[in-house]
Parts: sequence; C-alpha cells; structure tokens
Amino acid sequence: MDLAALKTQLKNFVQSMFEEGVLDNQFSQIQALQDSTNPNFVEEVITLFCNDAERIINEINRNLGYQNVDFSNLDSYVHQLKGSSSSIGANRLKLACANLRQASDERNKEGCLQALQLITCEYCLLRRKFQALLHLERSIVELETNQK
Amino acid sequence: MGMAIDRDDTQFHVLAVDDSLIDRKLIERLLKTSSFQVTAVDSGSKALEFLGLNNNDADDDEEYEQRDSNTESVSSDEDQDHQDLGLGVNLIITDYCMPGMTGYDLLKKIKKSSSFKDIPVVIMSSENIPSRINRCLEDGAEEFFLKPVQLSDVNKLRPHLMKGRSKDIDSSHKTTSTRLITSGN
Repeated sequence: MDLAALKTQLKNFVQSMFEEGVLDNQFSQIQALQDSTNPNFVEEVITLFCNDAERIINEINRNLGYQNVDFSNLDSYVHQLKGSSSSIGANRLKLACANLRQASDERNKEGCLQALQLITCEYCLLRRKFQALLHLERSIVELETNQK
Repeated sequence: MGMAIDRDDTQFHVLAVDDSLIDRKLIERLLKTSSFQVTAVDSGSKALEFLGLNNNDADDDEEYEQRDSNTESVSSDEDQDHQDLGLGVNLIITDYCMPGMTGYDLLKKIKKSSSFKDIPVVIMSSENIPSRINRCLEDGAEEFFLKPVQLSDVNKLRPHLMKGRSKDIDSSHKTTSTRLITSGN
C-alpha cells in the first residue's frame, strides 16, 4: 500500500474510534503534539497508558478478591485509571471508571465487580484498536523513512 | 506589542509536579512545545527537594523573613543557596490530587518560603470543584487548570512568567474567580 493510502487508512481508523466514542478529542490533542522532533510521541503515550492501565486493573482485581474490600484504596486506583483515561482521550473507558467509582462510593462489592468487568472489556477493546493504530503508524514511518 | 524587556534568549524553567506518569509526559511535552525548559517530578516532596527546601525547611524558612527575599539582591547565604539549588525555577505547575503531599499542601509550603513565595504556582486537577478552585486561588495559586491540560492553557502561563521577569511592575492582579489575562507586554 502506498503512503497516501496508509495515511488515509489511519485517519479513517482514528475517525471511526471517535465515532464509536472509544476516543474523544483529547486524543487529537495528543496526535497534534507529535512532530518531527517527537516522531514517536503517540506510541510512547499509548505504551505508557496501556502499561499503567493494566497495572491498575490488576490491582483493582486483586483488591476485589479480598473478603473485606478496602474501598478507599479502590477509590484511589479508580481515580488514577479515570485520570489516565481522560488524559489519553479514552472516552468509553473513562465512563466505565465512573461506574466503578459509583459502586465503590456505595460500598457495593457486587456492583464493583460488574463495573470492573465493563472496564476490562472496554480496556481490551481499546488496546486492540491501539495495537492496530500503532501498526499503521509504524508502517507509515517505515515507508516515510524508506522514501528519504 | 513590543516588549520593553526582551529576555527571550533565556528560557523560562518550569517545575512540573504530578504523580501520574502519563500526565507528567503530557505536561512536559506541552511545556516544551511552548519553548519552556522543564523539570518534571512525581511528588510534592521531590519538588521541595529540587528547590532545595526539605519538608522541615519550608517552615523554618520563616526565620529568614526579616532578611531580603528578593531574588535580585544577594541577601543571605541561605536564601542564595536556595535560589541556586532551585536552579532558576520560574513557575511551578502541580497536580492537586497526589498521595502524601497534595498540590495545595505544596502551594502553601511554597508561599510560606521566603525564597520561593514569589514563584508563580499553577494547580491542575481532573475534578471541577469550585470550592477547591477558589481555595487554591485565594491561597496564592495564579491559575487553576482543569485536566486534561491543553496547549491553550499552557499559553496562559507566559504572562505570569513575564511578570516575574520584570518585578518592578506592580502586580496587584489577584482575583478569586477565573481570570482573564490582560496583556501587559
């Protein structure tokens, strides 16, 4: 595939993520911060985000595994995940965090478990799409480098 | 719109404080895009350490209040040491919600320090809580940004930094609500 076609494909792919509500405008802001002096910025942010999100989701999982859940601890993790999601523009994941926040505020363990399922779901979807996005990005960079 | 004082050859140095790795990366990029020199740390105590104030010093600093705390004058040795250790920080931008020392705690400590009370402090938060915002502004924060921080927010920093450069200009500008930056340049 040629460079122009790849770029269009990437653009359309990101657009579809906007339309599905998976990403919001904040992600565009992040893309805008990538330039020739920081050509891997988007990839770096996505990588940081995914590592962080996975760590937090695992921690939440672990916390909810205890007989007596430490809800204030849980709250701290949700806050972190919601913050990261917001910062990268992961709209649906951010909304899923609000669910967990609510259930945690209510000290509702069952509700928390359900909310966590949704979070895990949204995260897995997002990660798959990010992987596809990065694959396109890298192909573009490769072609651009070869063309020089 | 010419500037009377042209100090653009020296970059402004911003100290960014945020416990979130992603947010640190973002704020760093936003600041560098705007041509600021950036030091990013992950906690209030690291910020104080960087400035050369440890948690105890920030309170002891009140001893030095009788001496000149103006950055221009070579006053006490201790003050000068603090300035040097601070490596010329022109602005501090900090997250509000951090474990241990919050951004608000950090703001208070900075404002209590004779060496650093004149450094503008900006607070960032993911939560839009008016009482929180007002409290920060009333207690000395120059601005309060809602996260995610945008480039347009970072552009609001420059006037505060220019004010710091020309300290002679009267700066009675504090309000307790969201303010409009009037151009003095």
